[in-house]
Amino acid sequence: MFEQISYALIPLLIVSILIYATYKKVPVYEEFPTGAKQGFDISIRIIPYLVAMMVAVAMFRASGAIDLLGTLLKPVLEFIGMPVELLPLALTRSLSGSGARGIFAEIAAANGPDAPITKTAAVMLGCSETTFYVLAVYFGAVGVTKFRHAITAGIVADLAGIVLALVISKMMFY
Amino acid sequence: MMNYIWLFFIFFSVVVGIINGKMKEVSDAIISASSSAVEISIGLIGIMTLWLGLMHIAQKAGLIDLLAKVFSPILRLIFPSIPKDDPVQADIAMNVTANALGLGNAATPMGIKAMEGLQRLNPNKKDTASDDMCTFLTINTAGVQLLPVSVIAILASLGSTNATDIILPTILTTFGALVIGILFVKLLIKISPESKKGGKKNV
Repeated sequence: MFEQISYALIPLLIVSILIYATYKKVPVYEEFPTGAKQGFDISIRIIPYLVAMMVAVAMFRASGAIDLLGTLLKPVLEFIGMPVELLPLALTRSLSGSGARGIFAEIAAANGPDAPITKTAAVMLGCSETTFYVLAVYFGAVGVTKFRHAITAGIVADLAGIVLALVISKMMFY
Repeated sequence: MMNYIWLFFIFFSVVVGIINGKMKEVSDAIISASSSAVEISIGLIGIMTLWLGLMHIAQKAGLIDLLAKVFSPILRLIFPSIPKDDPVQADIAMNVTANALGLGNAATPMGIKAMEGLQRLNPNKKDTASDDMCTFLTINTAGVQLLPVSVIAILASLGSTNATDIILPTILTTFGALVIGILFVKLLIKISPESKKGGKKNV
């Protein structure tokens, strides 16, 4: 059901904007291109920033750095009681959306779709955003290269999301 | 800072790649990631064009000003240096709402419009993020999510019988992470010396 609502939102939003604008006597078709033509420039402007970010992230993932970090962090995780299986997901979710979904699918396949660990992983994935991609696209679109607090705060929010996903899932699924 | 983070990612990858004997994978990743970055950007053109056109219509119809007025009281708590009723508030509100509803495709053009608005108000040099940009992107990177539609879909496709019971914990988690992120960015803004001269210009 949620999926149906979600699919309906965009068409409904578009038709609402157009009806309201027509009611306000805006010539909708004539006005559309004025805004729309910026779309090309903005998209092209993002390319250098996105290439820089995505190449770095892809190298990081391909090198096996995430597995290495996993091995290094394992004792810490066992100490705080985080399932080690979730670590690759926790480390990947800020870097790559498709990567995180792939890892989630593996966890779900290995443990069953209704297992508590799968549900925990689902919460961890559901509230994640690919922080580095978002920063590259949004800052890239306006040509900002000095991110100041955005990067630190983004990482802190990601860490908070991981910890909260674990704690809240522990209370609700176990 | 980004200079060091970028260098760290690449340097660490090369070192680990050598240790792991994965230099072929690293090398392939460089080539495929650079082309997929371009493909993603090109792929954005369509949806970006559509939404920027629609948002221009919404602006002409007075919808943007209306939304800015409605959301101004809340948004000015979080973004103190945006002037009252500035249209950028509508872009921020639409971006956050679209993200929360899981409409990532529509959220990106709205977010970029918001960034352009914030850049117009930026008291710093144009290559340097303003305090409000940092706050706005913290909200975006925290991944506000009310309906984790895609995750529920994956769970359901794998045969989960009660996939929707992740909704409440996801909302709680995302909201908690959002609050922590905002408080943290506000703290950083407060303690950083550079924010003092520029950040409060419009209050």
